Order: sequence, then C-alpha cells, then structure tokens
Amino acid sequence: MKIAVCIKRVPDTETRVKIAADGASLDESGVKFIMSPYDEYAVEEALQRRDKAGGGEVVAVALGPDAAQETLRAALAMGADRGVLLKAERIPADALAVAKALAAELKDGGYDLVLFGKMAVDDYHHAVGPMVAELLGLPCVTAVSKLELEGGKGVAEREIEGGVEVVEFALPAVLTAEKGLNTPRYPALKGIMAAKKKPLEVKPPALGEVRVVAAALALPPERKAGRILGEGPDVVPELVRLLRTEAKVL
Amino acid sequence: MAPRFEGVDFYDTGSLLSEEERAVQATVRQWVDERLEPVINRHYLEGKFPLELVPEMARLGFFGANLPEQYGCAGLNNVAYGLIMQELERGDSGVRSFASVQGALVMYPIHAFGSEEQRQRWLPKMAAGEVIGCFGLTEPDYGSNPGGMITTARRSGGGWVLNGAKMWITNGSTARVAIIWAKTGALDDPSGIRGFIVPTDTPGFSARDQQGKLSLRASDTSELVLQDVHVGDDALLPHSAGLKSPLSCLTQARYGIAWGAVGAAMGCYDEALRYAKQRVMFRKPIAGFQLQQQRLADMLTEITKAQLLVLQLGRLKDQGKATPQRVSLAKRNNVNAACDIAREARRLLGANGILVEYTAMRHLANLESVYTYEGTHDMHTLILGEEITGISAFE
Repeated sequence: MKIAVCIKRVPDTETRVKIAADGASLDESGVKFIMSPYDEYAVEEALQRRDKAGGGEVVAVALGPDAAQETLRAALAMGADRGVLLKAERIPADALAVAKALAAELKDGGYDLVLFGKMAVDDYHHAVGPMVAELLGLPCVTAVSKLELEGGKGVAEREIEGGVEVVEFALPAVLTAEKGLNTPRYPALKGIMAAKKKPLEVKPPALGEVRVVAAALALPPERKAGRILGEGPDVVPELVRLLRTEAKVL
Repeated sequence: MAPRFEGVDFYDTGSLLSEEERAVQATVRQWVDERLEPVINRHYLEGKFPLELVPEMARLGFFGANLPEQYGCAGLNNVAYGLIMQELERGDSGVRSFASVQGALVMYPIHAFGSEEQRQRWLPKMAAGEVIGCFGLTEPDYGSNPGGMITTARRSGGGWVLNGAKMWITNGSTARVAIIWAKTGALDDPSGIRGFIVPTDTPGFSARDQQGKLSLRASDTSELVLQDVHVGDDALLPHSAGLKSPLSCLTQARYGIAWGAVGAAMGCYDEALRYAKQRVMFRKPIAGFQLQQQRLADMLTEITKAQLLVLQLGRLKDQGKATPQRVSLAKRNNVNAACDIAREARRLLGANGILVEYTAMRHLANLESVYTYEGTHDMHTLILGEEITGISAFE
C-alpha cells in the first residue's frame, strides 16, 4: 500500500508566541516547533496501514522552510520510508496555493491513500486536505476518528454533532485525521538514528497564485483581573447582580 | 494531570545539541510525562519498581542506548545517552537507576569484556528488555573499597565455583542474569578480580530484597548470596582483568548519574517555580518574596552550571577523553547540587512539600542514595584530591 501523509511544522501549542515587527507574522526566535498534533495521527495511521497491508511505502510530504526537514525527520523516525520537502521560505496564508503545490507533488505518485491532520493547529484552516482532494479529483473524508479499509474500499467514522456518521468511500482517497483515530507512537531511539539515513528530497514547490495574505496578527486581549466583592452571604445579592448585568452569564 | 514539562534551559544549551540529540530528549521527556509520572507515586509508596514499563522502555531503546546497533542497541552517542538519563531521572532516580544498571553495569561489561559469543547471546535480549541484569560488586563490608572483596571464584573441573555475598544490588531480585565480580587468586590480590556472567537460576544463587528503604523506593535493592555456584568456563568475561574492569563500569554508570542528577534538579526547580508563582501568602505570590527568589536564583544557577558541565563531559566522552577523574568531578558536583536543589524546593513548597503529590521530597530522598552510591561524594572528593596532588588519601 502506498500512502502519502502531508504534515506541517507549527509552533508548539504551549509556546507563548510573539508577533514580529511586520505585525503580520510570528517572531520565531526562541519558538519551539513541532509536527502539528493532528498530523501525528495521520502519520501513525499511515504506518499502521502500511504494516497491516504487509508492505508498501509511507511518504511524508511537507511544505515549509528548510527547518521543516526536522519535522519530516520526526515522521521518518516514527517509521515513514522517505520524505519530501517542498521548500518555501514562508508557508502562504492562501490554503489553495499550498494545496496546489501538494497536489502537484502527489498527483503522479500512485498513492492509494493521502492522509492529512484534520487541521493545522497554527492557522486552523481545515482546508488544505479537502482542497488537495478536489484538485486530485479524489473522494475526501474529513475528521476521521475510525477507519476500516478492505478491497479498494473504505469505511470511516466521523464524529458529528450529537453522534457518529459512517461514510463509505472508494480508494484512492484523501482523509483527514481526527484526534482519537489511533495513539501516535513515540519515535523510538533507533528510529531517530535510522531517520538520518532515509531519503529526504528537497525541491521547490509549484505554489499556486497566492491570493490570500495575512494582513495583521493580534494577540487576544489580556484577561482582566478578577474582583473580590467580600465574604459571606451578605455579598451574594451583589454578586448575582454583577453576574447578570456586568458578566452577563446569568 | 501535571502540566507538560518544558525543561529548564537558561543558557540555551539546546542549541548545542544536534537534531538527533534533541529528538531523543523529546521522546524520553514525553514518555516520562505520559507513562512514568502517572504511576510513579503509587510505586514509590508501595516500594515497587514499575516493572510493567520495561517492555516499552526497551522498545523505545532506553537500554544500553550507546552500544552498537549490531547488538540491538540504539547506537547513540554519549550526549544522547546522557539526555536519556537526565529525562528518566526527572521522573525518578529509581527508574533511571534501573536503566543505568541494565545499560552501563551489565550490558557495558558484556560488550567491553565479553567474547563475541557472549555479546551475541546476551546483549540483544537485554536491549529488548527480555533479560534484566544486575551488577554484583559491592559486599556488606566492602563498599568504597571494592578491592577488598571476599567473594571468590575457584577453578573446578572445566568451570568455576563462586562463593560470597553481595549487597546493595539494584535489580537483584528481578534480574535473570548477574555480573558477579570475584577474586580468582589470593584474597589480598585485587589483580585477580574477574567478572562472571551468572544466570540467577543457577543452583546456589539466591537474592533477597533489602527491606526498610526510605529512598529509591521505586527500585529493587537486594542482597545476593552465592553458595557453591557452579558455572561453566563460558561464564567468565574473558577480557576482564583486575579491579580496573568493574571500576570502568562504574565510570560509565557515574557518567549517566551526572546527567541524571540534572534531570531530578530540573524537575524540582520547575515544580518550585510553578508553586511559588501560584501560592499566595500575605496577599501576594510567594515568588514575590526575596527569600524565595534567592532560592530560585540559586537553583537555576546550579542547574545551568551542571548542564554545561555534563554536556562538555559528554563531548569529551565521545572523543575518548572523559577520564574517570573528569567523571568523578561531574558526579560529585551535580549530585550534590541536585540534593541541595531538591531540599530547597521541598522547603519552598512549605507543608505541601512533604506530600507525595509533589515531587521534591521523593527526589530529595532518592538523591540521598545517589549521593552515596556509585562512589560516595566523599570518595569522589578523594579521587579528585589524588588527581590534583598525585597523592592518594586512601591507598
């Protein structure tokens, strides 16, 4: 089984970010970068599918700066067979431009399955996976939380509001992974050493026209300090009044 | 669940690490957060090593990680190996001790002093966690002076007969194989000390856990008794020769301990800092008081020094320049600093600091053992004294 898994290098979710001088990008100094957590589920699923099929290839693909090689090597350390970096100094804010570059890379690859995380945790687009499916003319199932594959067909479960939706689809297909699809493995130490020796191709991306740009970034306003009204039952009426009129939560 | 550990790296030592070294550290750190932290307190209170974690530790490559890949090991350099020890000990000194013994005290001597057959027979199974090992050097009356040991190995037919007792043996009761150091010649001749690979199910071999430990409770510590234990000639480590052989194993283990202590210290500092920021007394966080700021400043300073020390020691080790004396300096300094940091963290935490739900007291109790084992702090002082002056204070 030949599987492509598209991953993205993003700032660590627990990093406190700063906005760069241009007001429209992040100041990356001192920021730790990781593989977007949903992409870890996609990588794990790809590895399990390959191993269950008794062979094949898992190709990790990323679009990003040179440093995204480290993200790709994390996928190789988990067990992917080779990596492809579509090298771009900056990842465009235009999801379609990114999708076009990925689709161009994937279209002649003969993949049975193309996996993504359901979204990147830095931009929350939820867009690139479905766009790639569209560009490749493949069926797409997003936010998959359970997957069965058999004989050129697949059955996926998606958690939807108040229940579960079961979807059947034909392979090849593009799927995006939801949390809980599996438990991503730790990159074993031998895997980390082996990753150095696995092929990692770096090439320019065939980016589409960039028609969306990030104009400005702003941090959320700082939360105001709380207020202590006093102690004991006497202050309850005032507390209720403020919860109604000021906080508007009652 | 405790917040994810973000590390302590005031001097950006992370930038001195290679990508692989950082990846190794990240794997172990995450494993400690997700797998070890949730279970360590229960094991500590019950006085049990978390044996159920061994298969996963093995699968991830934590055992003998700096030994070659051809024996099923990860083939890491010594800095990456040190980072494993650091991150494991941030979890618990007992768990790091387990890995130290398995890798540095059992797999290392089989690799360094064993025949190719012995390496092939034991190392892959030990890397895979299928065989747990222990290291029998210390005896009830011979701790700092192992050359005085009275365990003997005598020729008998085509093999050897071992007699003696060993004490303070980590993993002793769980081990399937023991490296036993014994005198093959006269009792006053340490040059006759040789190592033997002894399966623990050999008749005459018995192990009993030492009871009543208030430190390293999540680690098994045992007494070994060897009574007319017959082993074949293939049990002898052919390249072991004299006291310097077991001492070279200790140098390996001490190297890992020097890193491990930094991990325990980082964990204590991280906990103390979080607590100080959030604990309010006299209407402000205690982090705002000068006394606590001094505690935290001292901790961070000592951690930063210790980190730089082991990193350079690791680079030297990779170049074959980590002399036993250089390792002594690092073990002595870093464990002592970690003891101080754990104690000050415990105090900063006030009454809460005595509870098992905080880590400082457990680390503090553990580190008292670490201070004493693998060459006591005092012995390392004398090793350095001899190195500096050329005059031995103990021989």
